Amino acid sequence: MSAGLKLKQVKKAYGAVQVLHGIDLDIKSGEFVVFVGPSGCGKSTLLRLIAGLEDITEGTLEIGGTVVNTLPPSKRGIAMVFQSYALYPHMTVYENMAFGLKLAKTSAGEQEQRVRQAAEMLQITPYLDRLPKQLSGGQRQRVAIGRAIVRDPQVFLFDEPLSNLDAALRVATRLEIAKLHERMADTTMIYVTHDQVEAMTLADRIVVLNYGVVEQVGTPMELYHRPDNLFVARFIGSPAMNIVSATIASTGSPATVQPETGNPVTVNATVAATYLDAKATFGVRPEDLTPTDGPGLFTGTVSIVEKLGEVTLVYLDTGLPEPITVKIDGDVDIAKGQTLTVTAPAERLHLFDENGVAFPRMPLARAAE
Amino acid sequence: MASTHSTIRIMPTGPGHPKRVRSELMRQRLRAAGWFLVPMLVALAIVAGWPLLRTIYFSFTNASLTNLDGAELVGFKNYLSWTVLKSGRVIWSGLLSDPAWWNAVWNTVRFAVLSVALETILGTVVALVLNAEFKGRGLVRAAILIPWAIPTIVSARMWSWMLNDQFGIINDMLMMLGLIDHKIAWTASSDTAMIAVLIVDVWKTTPFMALLILAGLQMIPRDIYEAAAIDGVHPVRTFWRVTLPLVRPALMVAVIFRLLDAMRIFDLIYVLTPNSAQTKTISVLARENLIDFDKFAYGSAQSTMLFLIIALMTILYIWLGKVRFDGGDR
Repeated sequence: MSAGLKLKQVKKAYGAVQVLHGIDLDIKSGEFVVFVGPSGCGKSTLLRLIAGLEDITEGTLEIGGTVVNTLPPSKRGIAMVFQSYALYPHMTVYENMAFGLKLAKTSAGEQEQRVRQAAEMLQITPYLDRLPKQLSGGQRQRVAIGRAIVRDPQVFLFDEPLSNLDAALRVATRLEIAKLHERMADTTMIYVTHDQVEAMTLADRIVVLNYGVVEQVGTPMELYHRPDNLFVARFIGSPAMNIVSATIASTGSPATVQPETGNPVTVNATVAATYLDAKATFGVRPEDLTPTDGPGLFTGTVSIVEKLGEVTLVYLDTGLPEPITVKIDGDVDIAKGQTLTVTAPAERLHLFDENGVAFPRMPLARAAE
Repeated sequence: MASTHSTIRIMPTGPGHPKRVRSELMRQRLRAAGWFLVPMLVALAIVAGWPLLRTIYFSFTNASLTNLDGAELVGFKNYLSWTVLKSGRVIWSGLLSDPAWWNAVWNTVRFAVLSVALETILGTVVALVLNAEFKGRGLVRAAILIPWAIPTIVSARMWSWMLNDQFGIINDMLMMLGLIDHKIAWTASSDTAMIAVLIVDVWKTTPFMALLILAGLQMIPRDIYEAAAIDGVHPVRTFWRVTLPLVRPALMVAVIFRLLDAMRIFDLIYVLTPNSAQTKTISVLARENLIDFDKFAYGSAQSTMLFLIIALMTILYIWLGKVRFDGGDR
């Protein structure tokens, strides 16, 4: 079974406080969609609206072509994995997984078969007789996923499922969820996280939310290479993109901008003539900057060097309000206090207007990806 | 090995036996803990231990209120003794052959079981209501405690007026509604005395029960209910299958608190239905013997028996119910 979702102008308000301002979204059947955004952006609320745990204030939600606004959660063909697992503490793993089926009057044989199958898939068969408190965090998480699987849902909802796990387990469980999606290719999955690494690695498409508004919807690489606005540009990628204020020095394709200090810079953008002399910002990712001997984009003193092993993060003091972050090879010998010039190819420079909206990029840049 | 002179001893470990390491540091900690416990142990010994031991001692004597110091030990005479008459007839005497005693035991048990059962059910209902979110919940939570906060003597007097056969508002209301055709002497009539006592006790103690259960309800994470909603579990079913098992530890502790209280009931009955054989409990009977009848030793024996009954019930309850006082689930 599978079903797509269609959200039309979905709004949510708690009293006078509007938390979701008209979300429009089309999720295809079998797609893995990740809602990502900073805390308080409304991503969990949106998931709870889809689950039916909260009422939709305005707008419509369709699952598999049916409007489900007033349907209770159990009738929506969904299953949900909670951040805190939400296992019934007084029931064994088996009972936890079978509870929903038992009440749906599924035959004992089928219950057994479905639970065993899910347990096998998640490698929790040895723990079926244990209570949740006798399991580790990772095992509990798998039980929670198993409980969702046996419901055979059309839509699988995950609410920050990895945030209570330690770093190593998080990576392992992330891989398992990716495998699960492969095995259940027909099932639509919606996954909420504040962790952009989870979003980038798992998603077919990412929905970036901020203050109850969708900032951008796209594949991970689209979001990375072609952010629609400053918010997405800053949010996706780690460390965050360097942002520098500038004025438009020449329009056309490609345009050039004049930063507050230094030489004019050619950027990957097509700018209409009306924008000449307008304020703008351009951004460049730390990993796109490379040291150079010739004239570069930024020149400054090295203020901090962070050696992470595989990479080194260098913070350059260039006289701008914010230091410029440069991500370079792990073994490069750079000392604090040294003067460093860095540069980046023009197609890696992103230009945003005064309101933070990206200028159209040149078609050439896309082909280079 | 060199460890023969070590002060650290590791006890053999088996399943369920944690390793016990008695180091100097551990001993210091135990000593400190002991000192912290001393004031409380002394206070308990003075206010609970000494009176208890005195009572037990007096129950084996022939003490009377006027002659406490001259009491002589008489063995189990106050509990049970017999004399064989010349005709061969055996005359039993003592507590265990006293119909008044068994009447009081029966009254006490009946009262304790009925009142605690009613209070548990009503308290659960009230707690579930108070656990829901609605406007003015804080106010209602505070207001519901009022019956519990009123001294028992005051509420007993208040209710005894409300239940008065001539001027009581309860009779008045029931007459107006046409539910009864003549006024009932609630506290005096032998048919209704126990009912009257139960009504007042339930009114007074349900809030206490409700608050203890509410505390347990609030320990249940909300997302379990959301998981149940997604599983499609009917709310009533959720209550029986999820809420009740999870609130059970708190409920068991609340019930035992109330049960101990109910077994010792004195003030309410003493004020509301004095001298009624239908409601006379062990405590009331013991006081009567101790003070009114000047049978101090006999009253002491009854008090001691009450203590034993309560202790036995508590041990059985904790053992059979697997009660844990640390709030964990089983």
